[in-house]
Amino acid sequence: MNSHTRTMSVLTQIFAVALFNLRALPQRKAAALTAAIGIAGVVGVLVGVLAIAEGFRRAMTVSGSPEVAVVLRSGSSSEMTSGLERDATRTVADAPGVARNAAGPLSSAELFVIINLPKRSTGTDANVPLRGVEPGAFDVRGNITLVAGRRFATGRNEVMVGAGAARAFAGLDIGKQIKVGQNVWEVVGIFTANGGLAESEIWADTAVLQPAYHRNNSFQAVYVRLDSAAAFQPFKDALTSDPKLNVKVSRLSDFYEEQSTAVTKFITTIGVFIASLMALGALFGALNTMYSAVAARTREIATLRALGFGAGPVVCSVLVESVLLSILGGALGAAVAYLLFDGYRASTINWQSFSQVTFAFRVTPMLLGKAIAFATLIGLGGGLLPALRAARLPIAAGLRES
Amino acid sequence: MSATRPPLVHISNVSKIFKRGAEEIHVLSGLELAVNEADFLALMGPSGSGKSTLLNLIGGLDRPTSGTVQIGDERVDQLSDRQLAGWRARHIGFVFQFYNLLPALSAERNIELPLLLTGLNQAGRREHVAAALAAVGLSHRAKHFPRTLSGGEQQRVGIARAIVTDPTVLLCDEPTGDLDRKSGDEILALLQSLNKDHGKTIIMVTHDPHASARASHTVYLDKGQLSNNPVA
Repeated sequence: MNSHTRTMSVLTQIFAVALFNLRALPQRKAAALTAAIGIAGVVGVLVGVLAIAEGFRRAMTVSGSPEVAVVLRSGSSSEMTSGLERDATRTVADAPGVARNAAGPLSSAELFVIINLPKRSTGTDANVPLRGVEPGAFDVRGNITLVAGRRFATGRNEVMVGAGAARAFAGLDIGKQIKVGQNVWEVVGIFTANGGLAESEIWADTAVLQPAYHRNNSFQAVYVRLDSAAAFQPFKDALTSDPKLNVKVSRLSDFYEEQSTAVTKFITTIGVFIASLMALGALFGALNTMYSAVAARTREIATLRALGFGAGPVVCSVLVESVLLSILGGALGAAVAYLLFDGYRASTINWQSFSQVTFAFRVTPMLLGKAIAFATLIGLGGGLLPALRAARLPIAAGLRES
Repeated sequence: MSATRPPLVHISNVSKIFKRGAEEIHVLSGLELAVNEADFLALMGPSGSGKSTLLNLIGGLDRPTSGTVQIGDERVDQLSDRQLAGWRARHIGFVFQFYNLLPALSAERNIELPLLLTGLNQAGRREHVAAALAAVGLSHRAKHFPRTLSGGEQQRVGIARAIVTDPTVLLCDEPTGDLDRKSGDEILALLQSLNKDHGKTIIMVTHDPHASARASHTVYLDKGQLSNNPVA
C-alpha cells in the first residue's frame, strides 16, 4: 500500500468510525445533551461577560478619533487630576497643526466635574460627569448629534444630556431642572455621540460652569481637532518643548484606550476566571460523557479493531464526537448569549473619573469566534483521555463485553 | 491438498502466561498446531482451557509469551500493533459468538465495514457486499438493522462480514453458542459449505460435539496442551 493509499485509508477509517459514533449518538442522547448544555452554559457566561468588556471598551474608544488630541497638565492620569490656566489653553489652541474654521481654531477648553443624580433603576445616587465645554467642542468631537431639543445657550444655566445618561438617570428629560449645589440647570437637549463616552455625560457652557464651581479662569483639559492624524506629532512637540507649558498631550483615541484599560482588563479577567471555573465543570461533564460513550461502545470498538481498524482512527473518531458535541453546545451558548446580551444597555463606574459610563453589551463576531474556539478546547480536553482509553482497550477482552 | 505443502497455520512451541497481580496463569504451554489450507478444524475443550486464547493468537488479537505463530508466510507474533491491524484486515475473518454487529448500521453496512480498509471504491464495495449477502442467503435482509433480525440471521450477517474480503482464514469463536439448535445447524451447514465448496480454511472453537462433528477434524485443548482425543 503506497503512502497516498495509506493516508486515504486512514482518513476513510476516521470518517467511517466517526460516522458510526455519531449514528449511535441518539442512543446516548441524555448524556450527550447534558454535556452540550453544560458547555453552552460556559460559553454563554463567557460571551456575556466579555460582551460587557467589549461594550465598555467600545463606549470608551469609539469617539476617540486619531485627529483629535487632548491636552492635560503633565503628570495627570485623567481630567479629574488635571488643571490648566486660560493662558495655557490659548497657547494650545494656537499651536501648529490645530484645524481652523471661520470662527477660529477648533479647540475647546473644558471643565470636568462630578455631580450626584439618582439612577432610574435603583433610585440611589450615582456619579455623573458634568462637562463644561466651549462652542468649538461640537466641531472638535465631530460626532455629536442632537436627537431631541436644542444645544444649550451660551451664558445660561442650561445643559444638554448624553442619551446614555438620560436613560440611566432620573430627571434628565427635556424641560426638567436639575439642582446641583446652589444652582439649577434646565435640560434643553439630548444628544448622541455614536455610542461613545460623551453619551454618558452632561454638557454645559464652560463659562457658566466655572463660576458655579468657583473655578475662576481655570480648566482641566483642552480638546483640539488637528488638520490630520499626521499633524499630531508636530503639535505635541510644539507644546511639550514650550518652556511656558507643562502639559501632557495625547491622541484622544490613545487617551480613551488608556482610560478604558483598567476596567476592561478587570471585567475580562473576572469573566475569564468565572468561565474557566465553569469550563472545569464542563470539562468533567464532557469527560464523563465520552468515558460513558467509550464504555458503552467497548465491544463495538474492539470489533472494529479486530476487523483491522487502527488505533489512530479510533482516537480521532472519539475526539471528533467530543469536539462536535462541544461546538454544538458552544454555538447554542453563543446564540443564546447573542440574543440575550447584544445591545443590552448598562452602566458601570469608570475608575479614572469615578463616574458612571453607560454602554451597550457587544457580542462581536470575534467574540463568538473566541467562544467557539473555547468550546472546541473543552471538547478536545474532554475527549482526549477517553479517546486514548478507547485505543488502549485490549481487543480480546473488549470483544466479550456485553 | 499436497502433502508437501507447508501448513497454512503453524503454531510452534507457543506458551501464553497471563499475570493477575503477582500470580502467573499458564494458559498455553509449549503448544504445537498445524492447520492445512482448506481444513475445517474444530477446537474443543472445557471452559478456561485456553481455546479462545489460542484463537486470539492465530487471529493476531494477542501475542504469545513465547513461541512462534506463522500464518502463510507471515510471522504474526513479530508484527507491531499497526502491522497486525492491517494484517487482520487482509487475512482474517472473525465470526463471534454474540455476532458483534454494530447496532447503528444496517446488515449491508455492517458487511461493508472490512471493505472500508481495502481501498475498493463504493461500486466495488457494493458488489462484494451483494455477493456476501447472497452467499449467506440474506439478500432480502440487506437494509435491515441487527435489532430486526433473528439470532440466526444476525450470525449470517456476521459470517458475510467475515468472508466479504475473502480472507485467508475464518476464525469462529462459538458461532452457534447463542443460537437454538435449528439456527445453529443452519450456521454450521453454511460454514461447512464455505469450507467444502469454496475451500475456506476454518478454525472453530466450540463446546458442542454436534458442532464439531461438522468439522473435517477436531483437536482437544486441556491444561494448555492439544491432543487428538477428547478430554477425559
